[in-house]
Amino acid sequence: MLTYTIRRLFLSIPTLLFISVVIFLLLQLAPGDPMAQVPLTVPPDVKQKMRDALGLGAPIHVQYWKWLVQFFWIEPQVLIDHWFGTGLAEGKLRVISWQTRSPVMDIVVQRMPQTLWVVGMSYVVGILIALPIGVYSAYKQYSLFDQAGTFVSMIGFSIPPFFSGVLVIVIFSVNLGWFPSIYDTTHVVTDWASFKIQLQQMVMPVMVLALQTTAQISRFMRASMLDNLNQDYVRTARAKGLKESVVVLVHVLRNSMIPIVTVIALGIPSIFGGAIITETLFKVNGIGQLLLTALFANDLPMVMTLTFIFAILIVLFNLIADVLYGILDPRIRYD
Amino acid sequence: MTDQNVNAAAAEIEMYGALKDKEPPKEPRSQWRDVWDQFRKHKGALIGGGFLLFITLAVLIGPLIWQVDAKQLDIRNKDMRPLYTLLWDGDARTSWAKPLGSDNLGRDILATLIAGGRASMAVGWTAMILALFIGTAVGVSAGYFRRLDGPLMRLTDLFLSLPILPLLLVAVTLFRQPLRASFGPETGMFILIVGVIGITSWMQTARIVRGEVLALKEREFILAARSIGTTPFKIIRRHLLPNVVSPIMVSATLGLATAIITESALSFLGVGFPSDFPTWGKLLSDAVPRMEEFPERVMLPGILISLTVLSVNYLGDGLRDALDPRIRGR
Repeated sequence: MLTYTIRRLFLSIPTLLFISVVIFLLLQLAPGDPMAQVPLTVPPDVKQKMRDALGLGAPIHVQYWKWLVQFFWIEPQVLIDHWFGTGLAEGKLRVISWQTRSPVMDIVVQRMPQTLWVVGMSYVVGILIALPIGVYSAYKQYSLFDQAGTFVSMIGFSIPPFFSGVLVIVIFSVNLGWFPSIYDTTHVVTDWASFKIQLQQMVMPVMVLALQTTAQISRFMRASMLDNLNQDYVRTARAKGLKESVVVLVHVLRNSMIPIVTVIALGIPSIFGGAIITETLFKVNGIGQLLLTALFANDLPMVMTLTFIFAILIVLFNLIADVLYGILDPRIRYD
Repeated sequence: MTDQNVNAAAAEIEMYGALKDKEPPKEPRSQWRDVWDQFRKHKGALIGGGFLLFITLAVLIGPLIWQVDAKQLDIRNKDMRPLYTLLWDGDARTSWAKPLGSDNLGRDILATLIAGGRASMAVGWTAMILALFIGTAVGVSAGYFRRLDGPLMRLTDLFLSLPILPLLLVAVTLFRQPLRASFGPETGMFILIVGVIGITSWMQTARIVRGEVLALKEREFILAARSIGTTPFKIIRRHLLPNVVSPIMVSATLGLATAIITESALSFLGVGFPSDFPTWGKLLSDAVPRMEEFPERVMLPGILISLTVLSVNYLGDGLRDALDPRIRGR
């Protein structure tokens, strides 16, 4: 298992390099000019100097190499400096955003908690709702509950987040006035009253994102439970007189969770991508919204870095899912 | 002499009575008839298919029936409410000439919805067909030619680990200007959106098709075809492709649903079609700022997107059951 993990880790390096090349070339081929916003009165030779200052004059492979060094060598050093107070990265050039002229990673670190808080919470809520639904609808297959669950998850699949989000805003924020439609990230929780406000503003984004998660995972949970409920070991467990709750919730559930855990791991990066829409809708200033504003402002280093972070998440969680599958299921042997 | 022979044969058949058919032979049934019979049993799929057909027809021939130009400005009659608001609000500004109301520039909402549906469905169908084409080509070549299998499947894995939505945003934002300049604003955006959705959603089809082809090509009929000297291209066309039609059709429905949602999401985020070229996603996002006063402008396109995707999903569900011979007939 360990050798497998190490081999996969090494294999993910060329994958990530390929992805970074794809993103980089895509951005290079793009005709957008970061100098487009500069006033026309600025003479062309000054503009050229500004371009050179941004590192745009260099050949493509040099620019790519510089980005690689900055991202994989200097940024980890900055992180180490931050943790241990060393001075490894002093005076070295980091990935600089063209919009704010400050290091990209600093902005990402500022924006990350909001995304993690909203997206992570919604994922957890979605899973917590999905698992019991899946278990119960598999146990009572073709019952009314099962039919209703199937229908609701079909709806969850079909209603895109930009519509369900608008829908809950119209219903709960405009008509009923229960929740604020804008997520206030500057809100600080100090006592019960402010905690209640925090909860109120989180309900809608979390529910919108959780609907998608719930629909997907409850389907998988149901299918996996159905596979296991007809196995011989379930009959044996019932025959030796175990209680029904023990049979279902211990024997069957534990075996059914094996594929679900990998599904959950695989879904984490995609929920970050989906959060772009939800963040725009509820005006959460997370990394999805950061990517969008950077795109519109032609801030190529920021776009490049953010897209690459998304790619790292995908590759990483694919790896985690495969390894977890091997650890949880002793029948799977990779070596 | 011949009589004797016949009698002997009859006696022989009598001996193996068990071999005789107890009932007169039935009409031979074609495969697609079986598929249709199974498909009919799935109520949701039937309704879904019907609704998809209805929407497609409505956006195709709708403009012939409701002959109002979707871009026609009528500033005097702006901000009309739909007729059904009369049910609870007698004073609402409505007009029989504009059954679903008009927007803030007086454009007829029914006409814009039909035009928007046309664009959304066109993008959905074209992108789905493009993705299917790429996916099938990659899947069949990877499954049939062993030399191509490794590289093509690595490529598929690489594409699967690309962050799709961010990349779509990047591609659409950055390549908008040149394509618009060379093909005109609407055609350029259409090519761009269809292209990027097609290029980023073929991977599942490729994987499924490759798996099927790998299993199929070891079967005897492929061996027989090869032994009489059929060229690989003809084997693929005559023997492999007809046998992988069912998984392709199922992934086609999924592809259609994702393509419609992706296009609407791009339009919603403001990187889709230009404002004067309505699609459902664009209509929805344009209506968001004033949704407190005019909720129907958000609801109508949203409901249309959701219903279309829902019906496509149900259709796919039913097709999967109907096309799988192991489930069929049960």
